[in-house]
Amino acid sequence: MSTLTDPPKTAFRLSMLINDTRYRSLTFQALAFLALALSFVYLGNNLVENLRTAGLNINFGFLGDTAGYDISQRLVEYGNQDSHSRAALVGLLNTVLVAFLACITATVFGVIAGVLRLSNNWLVSKLMAFYVEIFRNIPVLIWIIIIFTVMTAVMPAPRAYRGDNATASMLLDAVAFTNRGVYIPMPFFENGLMPGQTLNWLVVLVVAVGSWFAARKINVWATAKQEESGVRPKTLPMVLGVWLVPFVIMMLIMGLAWEYPALKGFNFQGGIKIGGPLIALWFALSIYTGAFIAENVRAGIQAVSKGQTEAAAALGLRPGKVMNLVVLPQALRIIIPPLISQYLNITKNSSLAIAVGYADITATLGGITLNQTGRAIECVLLLMAFYLTASLLISAVMNVYNASVKLKER
Amino acid sequence: MSELAIEREIDRSKMSISDEVAIQITGMNKWYGQFHVLRDINLTVNRGERIVIAGPSGSGKSTMIRCLNALEEHQEGQIIVDGTELTSDLKNIDKIRSEVGMCFQHFNLFPHLTILENCTLAPIWVRKTPKKEAEELAMHFLEKVKIPDQAHKYPGMLSGGQQQRVAIARSLCMKPRIMLFDEPTSALDPEMIKEVLDTMIELAEEGMTMLCVTHEMGFARQVANRVIFMADGQIVEQNEPEEFFNNPKSERTQQFLSQILGH
Amino acid sequence: MTDQSTNSVAFVADGNIPQSPPPARETGAIKWVRANLFSSWMNGILTVAALLIIYKLLSDALPWIWNGVWTTSSLSECREVLQGKTGACFSVLSERWNQLLFGFKYPTDQYWRPTLAFVLLFVAAAPVLFFDLPRKLLAFTALYPFLAFWLIWGGTILAPIVALLGVAAAAYVFQTYGKASFAIGFFGAIAAAFAVWIIGGKLIPDGASDNALLQAVPSRDLGGFMLNMMLGVTCVSLSVPLGIALALGRQSNMPLIKWICVIFIEFVRGVPLITLLFVASVMLSYFFPPDSTVDLFLRVVIMITMFSAAYIAEVIRGGLAALPKGQYEAADSLGLDYAQAMRLIILPQALKISIPGIVNVAVGLFKDTTLVSVISMFDLVGMIRGPILASTEWSGVYWELLGAAAVLFFIVCYGISQYSQWLERRLATDHR
Repeated sequence: MSTLTDPPKTAFRLSMLINDTRYRSLTFQALAFLALALSFVYLGNNLVENLRTAGLNINFGFLGDTAGYDISQRLVEYGNQDSHSRAALVGLLNTVLVAFLACITATVFGVIAGVLRLSNNWLVSKLMAFYVEIFRNIPVLIWIIIIFTVMTAVMPAPRAYRGDNATASMLLDAVAFTNRGVYIPMPFFENGLMPGQTLNWLVVLVVAVGSWFAARKINVWATAKQEESGVRPKTLPMVLGVWLVPFVIMMLIMGLAWEYPALKGFNFQGGIKIGGPLIALWFALSIYTGAFIAENVRAGIQAVSKGQTEAAAALGLRPGKVMNLVVLPQALRIIIPPLISQYLNITKNSSLAIAVGYADITATLGGITLNQTGRAIECVLLLMAFYLTASLLISAVMNVYNASVKLKER
Repeated sequence: MSELAIEREIDRSKMSISDEVAIQITGMNKWYGQFHVLRDINLTVNRGERIVIAGPSGSGKSTMIRCLNALEEHQEGQIIVDGTELTSDLKNIDKIRSEVGMCFQHFNLFPHLTILENCTLAPIWVRKTPKKEAEELAMHFLEKVKIPDQAHKYPGMLSGGQQQRVAIARSLCMKPRIMLFDEPTSALDPEMIKEVLDTMIELAEEGMTMLCVTHEMGFARQVANRVIFMADGQIVEQNEPEEFFNNPKSERTQQFLSQILGH
Repeated sequence: MTDQSTNSVAFVADGNIPQSPPPARETGAIKWVRANLFSSWMNGILTVAALLIIYKLLSDALPWIWNGVWTTSSLSECREVLQGKTGACFSVLSERWNQLLFGFKYPTDQYWRPTLAFVLLFVAAAPVLFFDLPRKLLAFTALYPFLAFWLIWGGTILAPIVALLGVAAAAYVFQTYGKASFAIGFFGAIAAAFAVWIIGGKLIPDGASDNALLQAVPSRDLGGFMLNMMLGVTCVSLSVPLGIALALGRQSNMPLIKWICVIFIEFVRGVPLITLLFVASVMLSYFFPPDSTVDLFLRVVIMITMFSAAYIAEVIRGGLAALPKGQYEAADSLGLDYAQAMRLIILPQALKISIPGIVNVAVGLFKDTTLVSVISMFDLVGMIRGPILASTEWSGVYWELLGAAAVLFFIVCYGISQYSQWLERRLATDHR
């Protein structure tokens, strides 16, 4: 009879690397690491070799060189004597501009189309289904090109506005639609409180922020009043007042005036020019992404079960209140995550700007700068870094939102 | 379909039926497209009555009580609830809905609001009750359905039986004069059915006018004062529970009862 | 009982009330119009607005299409024929149709080859798309890539045959050794394939393509809608297995493998496809061995495949997450190892759930193939913007050309998404 002793210590055998659960995963990871390292070494080796043959190196110094090209659509000062990095900045701001504008309008289109698609009006809902299907199933690049071509081919040239028998006329003498873009009047202040127009606009912004806080205060007050007495006071006139009165006073004091675009020579001068490429890209991205957002909105509203609406109606709530208090709060939780990923798509798709010559970051850094300097690797890396940062920022916002609205269940 | 024994003694002291008419349905007909779902329904309910509506599925029971607070619209006939005629007039619909409470098979609590907020929503926005008052009211009814300690949880964190009791409390917060129950226990496990039925019995003991679509025949026998049997969209038979169960007249009723009780 | 009321009279229905038709005002066209178009003031306004929009669209489009000219040889001739009337100049389509489909460099007398490959694509795809078809058809599906390659590129038939032999050798090795150990079978198969390819590659004589049965066509001569179709089909079919591998890797409990997959997926999903295409066109060749020349088509295929694999991986990850945990546990408790559990239990179910999502990715990817026109490849959009609109005869025929491109894409994408919806409905009933 043998007594129980310590379990026999198995000696380490090579096959345990594969068969023993303790080592197996380590073995695999080591192999994977080896494969990864080897391929990096191989690719890196090729890269070094190729660069040497081509007489190149990796160097970001070119960003300081003179760009030497013009950008007509820009948010910050820029001339062709500025550096490539300045050009890239102009492009970056242009990307942000068109993405921001498109996100807003796409949301508007999408929400309207999504809600109307659920309308009990047969014709309207079919029309919206048509819109959604048409735009979702045709590449956005084709839409961008179609809209851009239509703009340049259908809109009159600036010279059509000239002369006594002009073939085109300005809308309200203020807005001119031309094949180069749309010219709108530019507001400015005649006797601003601050030196410089930018500072004056900052003052306006401060007043607006103040109004926003005041409007929120009114809302809070109305809720408190409702909790106290049961009746919610009418807030609309007060909110309107709080927004409008300071604004109007502000404008009167500072002397708001408009600089109208006017035809000088062969082109319009003055006012704000929204270039054709920007409009085409903006509109195409909005209406294309709007179709996707419409589907998200529809799915979100439909996901709130009919029982919820019925229960709210059975309690005596009116349809508007049912929507505001019961359906929307639930639908928004479903709609907002895909909505944010649509914003991500807009940002990424705005890189198609290059197809219509809108100077976004892809067209400046990844297009002209790349071609002029031949710094392919550096430019593409910078470009990717920018988009990656933007994506990560937007995803971070989404995660914060998701965490904050997660339904509490056991 | 079980006949759950209701163990407690039912206090009938306040269960009185007045002569005042609470609901009157005359010649109501309803169609879904070409399908005739409700056929010539005539029914008068007096205040304080406790009516159980039974019948095979698809017989139009739910549709009928859903017509009473305009969740479904009827196409012919007249419905008068609490002296107000149900027409397409929104004012009347609003008035009736705030007088008539309803409980659904799937509870339909609002998942984004806490239990307390579920209960105060309608008093605040429909009855214009101050929040504090509404909360006190809600707590009162939550105590009554025996879940005051869950007030700040969300519906998803409660069991089915608790959710249905919250749904009853939510309706009660509107101080309805009539309660409609649309299969309130069909989605529940047996032990939860009991807690919901207890709540409903308490409500009956206080003299509430109740219309229940249910398969709980024990409840029908002991609490109802009238049982209505529906089939194919019409009222086939109605009687006092005693007579209804022991001596059903029509063949279809007999068949139904033998299926539902016969094992 | 004392509390019974007086009106609780017993009642028994005399008989059945027969089913009767609804009152006239509740049926028919008038009721439909009232309920669906004019149920309220707001609805009436919406209906009128919708009618106006439809009228506007049709009154602009119909005469334009109806008066369309199909037979002239330039835009100016179109204008002469139309004499100021509204009308489309569809002649550009009839004249340049082949260019729109095949690009402007593909040998004209060889158009039948891609056409045949396109027709066979349906035969090859059918057993994958419709589960009811006999499984034996999958043999043709397996053969199709080699056949299509040979048809489109031409040249020596030995090349696709060697490629096929390599795959066959891999399959044989996996069948033989894969039963004992998945890892040995898998890596053995890869080794066998490469061995056959390398030896076979050496055996093909240098001039084999010169007098081949089918004239060789270099990749740079491919173009038009054919290029979009080729990129779409190739990249989607390549990216499904890669996507599965990435999804499984992301679920893995080995941190290193998991993080490699996570970084790859998030990186690719975070950048626009166009930057990846830039990589393909200007950057990727730096990473190949110095004296090799990898043509642009292949580089683009590599990048687009990586791109769609990342998206498909996310879809499949969703499918894997949707499976109940019990399925994993049941597979483990049956004594299946990881590869068996995945192959026999988990993946078949997860993939079924993911199919609609994968199809959506495929549609998106197919639309995105138009982006290659930005890196000067002449796909459908590239053809329109490049050679055709730049030609003297047809400069200015925007609507007709872009409209035709839109219609082509719409037909394919709408078709695929209808298929996806059909499948979704079918799977929904299958799983009950």
